[in-house]
Amino acid sequence: MSSDSEKPSADVKPEEKTSPPAKKPEEKPVDLPAFEKGISDKIVEKFGDKVEVAFVKQDRVGINVGRENVHDVAEFIRDGLNYDHVESVSGVDYPQDKEIEVVYHIGSYTDSSLASQILVLSTRAQREENPIPGNDATKLPTLRDVFYSVEFHEREVFEMFGVYFEGHPDNRRLLLPEDWADLPPLRKDFAIKGR
Amino acid sequence: MTTELPPGLALQKVDERIMTLNVGPQHPGSGHMRIIVQIDGDYIVACDPDPGYVHRGEEKMAEYRNYITNIPHLERPVIHDSCNILYPYVLGVEEIVGIEVPERAKYVRVIASELNRCIYTMYWLAIYGIFLGHSTMFMWPAGDRELLIDLMEKMTGARVTHAHFVPGGVRNDLPPNFEDVCLRQVNYFEKRIKEYAAVFYDNPILISRTRDTGILSRQDAIRLGTTGSVLRASGVDYDLRIKEPYDVYDELDVHTNVMKEGDSYARSRVPWLDMMESCNIIRQALQKMPKSGSVRTKLKPNPKGKGLNSVYKRVESGRGSLGCYIVSDGKTEPYRLKMSVGSFRNLIALPYLLKGEKLGNMPSVYWSLNYWPVEADR
Repeated sequence: MSSDSEKPSADVKPEEKTSPPAKKPEEKPVDLPAFEKGISDKIVEKFGDKVEVAFVKQDRVGINVGRENVHDVAEFIRDGLNYDHVESVSGVDYPQDKEIEVVYHIGSYTDSSLASQILVLSTRAQREENPIPGNDATKLPTLRDVFYSVEFHEREVFEMFGVYFEGHPDNRRLLLPEDWADLPPLRKDFAIKGR
Repeated sequence: MTTELPPGLALQKVDERIMTLNVGPQHPGSGHMRIIVQIDGDYIVACDPDPGYVHRGEEKMAEYRNYITNIPHLERPVIHDSCNILYPYVLGVEEIVGIEVPERAKYVRVIASELNRCIYTMYWLAIYGIFLGHSTMFMWPAGDRELLIDLMEKMTGARVTHAHFVPGGVRNDLPPNFEDVCLRQVNYFEKRIKEYAAVFYDNPILISRTRDTGILSRQDAIRLGTTGSVLRASGVDYDLRIKEPYDVYDELDVHTNVMKEGDSYARSRVPWLDMMESCNIIRQALQKMPKSGSVRTKLKPNPKGKGLNSVYKRVESGRGSLGCYIVSDGKTEPYRLKMSVGSFRNLIALPYLLKGEKLGNMPSVYWSLNYWPVEADR
């Protein structure tokens, strides 16, 4: 990755230390985002205006999808683009939009050209003011049949945000106490006591 | 196990041969986690891990504190590996706030991170030893850890929870003469851990309890999304220090330890090999480090993010990839913080590894996952 020419100068003079951090941001936007742009172009080419490219940064591509297309897009990401596992599934609560965003961070072990890439696939579910987890409109299709590795992550999002994943075989509690009867705790309207 | 029943029937017919056994949450063989195992005679037929016993809501707490005051409590999930668990958060905040790090601070971070990885792995190894009834392997690592803990104490002032990494660099510069002491201690440490091979890794008792138990194939390791030593023991060459180098790892010569077997023995051996690799990295970093200069770019007292944006940063910790997803809405505290930790990702493999094993092999298989219960709960 790095150029070997910097090595001998690194331990000699203190003035030169400011230059290496300044070099890196210059080099990378020139070569690297072309590869990431290629990934996002392939998805846009396949799905057209059903997907929206949120950002293309170094090593990161962000894609926004509607809840009705998320399963198809995920299948294309696995079969067409060689991504093979999900690193993380996060929920983000947006009460002002009345929506909860679920973000999948998808990576690849098998394809060495994708080793440093993370594809950020986000979709949004409708948010209820008075949630009844599992029995309200806050639902999304599960991706467990596409990426097996989301199993525990989706269980966590279900208990922390109340997003029910349709088709997930095991929507049980994972981290919270068995007798938890309050709001899903990572929603914004759940306040910590004393704050 | 259970037979087919019409839907809605509350009672389930239970096979009388199957016994359900709760291991934990305060059993020494489980850590702070409950493992519900169903056994038929001596064999495990099903297993259901139940984490959450020490869940403390770090992610929720982070939404109430600003970017700097988040640091001391975010390292609590793994206090032995506190530098590594802060690492992705600090990298993320640096990108959100838009701040550069001095070159010397990057090397100090790498040294601290590698020392912490060894401190964590030694603790894990000590518990692995005592799980298998091997008292020597409990006492030796527990004693040899002290060498490195002393080094970290010299560097940061704290023995366990260092809170050393801050956005923009590290909190303090290295003390005078640290390089020489560090090099001497690390050389001795490496010589010392090589002796573990004779007493532990070549020990017929360890081999008989870990060889060919809990086999995770390469394909399954990828499909289940495991990470760290579990993944590398199954033959996948994936280490973020090489694949996505952060700070100065791309200027150092890092080697990945990969084993093909995918059994408990390979999973227990890879972290030990990684410790020797850490010693190599520390020696290289000490040599290449700029001898003087600033170690911290000063931040404004209450840094703010730039508009609504998000970052996902990841580093390689002792337990695998450690990701931090920060959503910022332009305020002084994160809008949402999610930690994707190696322990939680590896836990998914436990039911597969234990199915068909003998109950007596449960501790050796379970702890070979390099699992830290408190980290998985966060």
